[in-house]
Amino acid sequence: MEIVKRPHVQNFIDWSADKPEVVVLTADLTNSSEVGNWRDTYPDRFFPMKMAEQNMMGFAAGLAREGYEPWIHTFAVFIYRRPLDQLAMSIAYPNLRVRFVGFLPGITTPGGVTHQAIEDLSVMRATPNMTILETGDATEVESVLDVAHAVDGPVYIRMLRGEVPRLFPRDEPMRLDRVRVLSEGDDVTVFTAGITTEEAMRAAAPLAAAGIGMTHIHVSTHKPFNDPLILESIKRAKHGVVTLENHTIVGGLGSAVAELMAENAVGKPLVRLGLQDTYAHGASRQYLMREYGLDAPALVAGIEKLVGRPTGITEADLEVVRIEEVHSMSKAEAL
Amino acid sequence: MSDWKESTQAVADGIRRRVLEHVLKNNGGYMSQACSSSEMFAMLYAHVMKLGPSLAPMEPREFIGVPGPGVPFFTGGDYNGPKGPGYDRFIFSPAHYALVLYATLIEVGRLAETSLDHFNEDGSTVEMIGAEHSPGVETTTGSLAQALSQAGGIALARKVRGDTGNVWVMMSDGEFQEGQTWEAVEQIARFELDNLRVIVDANGQQCDGCLDEVEIADPLTNRIRAFGASAVESNGHDLDALNEAMTMQTGKPHFVVARTDPVRGLPLFGERAPLLHYLRFTSADERAQYEAAYEEMVS
Repeated sequence: MEIVKRPHVQNFIDWSADKPEVVVLTADLTNSSEVGNWRDTYPDRFFPMKMAEQNMMGFAAGLAREGYEPWIHTFAVFIYRRPLDQLAMSIAYPNLRVRFVGFLPGITTPGGVTHQAIEDLSVMRATPNMTILETGDATEVESVLDVAHAVDGPVYIRMLRGEVPRLFPRDEPMRLDRVRVLSEGDDVTVFTAGITTEEAMRAAAPLAAAGIGMTHIHVSTHKPFNDPLILESIKRAKHGVVTLENHTIVGGLGSAVAELMAENAVGKPLVRLGLQDTYAHGASRQYLMREYGLDAPALVAGIEKLVGRPTGITEADLEVVRIEEVHSMSKAEAL
Repeated sequence: MSDWKESTQAVADGIRRRVLEHVLKNNGGYMSQACSSSEMFAMLYAHVMKLGPSLAPMEPREFIGVPGPGVPFFTGGDYNGPKGPGYDRFIFSPAHYALVLYATLIEVGRLAETSLDHFNEDGSTVEMIGAEHSPGVETTTGSLAQALSQAGGIALARKVRGDTGNVWVMMSDGEFQEGQTWEAVEQIARFELDNLRVIVDANGQQCDGCLDEVEIADPLTNRIRAFGASAVESNGHDLDALNEAMTMQTGKPHFVVARTDPVRGLPLFGERAPLLHYLRFTSADERAQYEAAYEEMVS
């Protein structure tokens, strides 16, 4: 498993070279959003908006109306919580080409409740005109730029920073409204996105050994959510469907799957794993994933509930196949 | 009186008269906004702003849908002419002043006289609260205090591009209660956006009544200057004073705080103070009094 250090930093610089319309706005989190080098490379296209997100939304709107493509870089919470009225009225309503690069999705930060974007997908899914993307690995961190750039309207991105695993081949970039099928089986279908994908991948081999066929679908576009493979994968699951998300189970991936199942009269059990309508707190990612049931053991337990029998998979089995041991070398992410 | 003043005052008087006429016809409307801001709208459209001819039809368009990917959409900004580098732009902040803006467009020949017949009519773009598709309106700003930031982005882009035209923003004084306004003032000053000019209708009125208690603490101009922009007070009904204040070159983003009278030209309305936000007649007798006031205004 390759671990890529700060894939966004140089990739975004290289990608921007032939796109003079791309400008970057930050709100006092420039290095924390991995665009310090970008600022130094393109100082004329970089606008520090200071700690004033409401005003930043309006400036981005004005720049977009004049033909620029603003890429706002800040923590996700400061995009959809504080300045939501401005985001909706100044940018989303007029369908302007503004890109929101939101860092620290879900419990990926020890910064606690103030820094953890746990209901961003709910809020953004309910925002008309918004396209919503989520990166799950280095390949997606790199290729999300082209996907967002091509969208005629505002785009919200759940972005990963720091040390990011490469789960998908470089030559298989993210594509708009296209899921990835990571394993196939007819007993259960599991949907993951972002950092939970790695967890389900970790459980794949032990589940297969236990005789459970899992179709594992990785989602990188939350909206639109129309890839026909989504419904096909739901339909093939004999025992039911599990969603595992780094987000509250209200309004995010689990809700999107539930809506699709209900609208298509797919009468199967659905287990939604994620934050169970609760806020989290400040602690390490691994600790929080365990505490709130976002990790591989939680997924196995969810699948056992669906198939109605124990799998015999132990935590040791999941540790053995742990695919991201290099993470132990990395520091807890600083603010 | 010099020619420009005579013609500009005629526009202002026309705006006030048209709005009262509409209020009488509809048994209600945003009257105090017209009383206070008629002169500043007249100054903007008839004297100060450099606008090209309207690109929009005289008859207001029908609503065709909200913006979205791949769907046809227009903004009402095309009533203000082309967006060329030498032209000024108008960004309208207090969207509930829409009736005043429509009346202004009619007075300066950018909108048909009959357009107010479609005011607040289902399926019309002549909406009660100005929307992005409404005549003269370029951005979505009815949620107050959002226009200055958007105008800041437009002014920044224009400055980077080397445009010579200004970006004009019309604001109401109540909007200075919102934190976003101060975020914006600080940032436009920091970016030295001297192509951004703001005229504020300081009529001392808001939905719940008077807002003057805030002004007692510290005049608005002092607060704006403390944030790094330039600001001057002006009598909002005196065309010479407005002209001087609005055309002043300071090398900074410039605010004109225009002190206005919310019952200017319609003293009868003053009996309702301090609740002047919206005028609706409560009796036939009261309506008759306003009809008499209208007759007086016309003559």
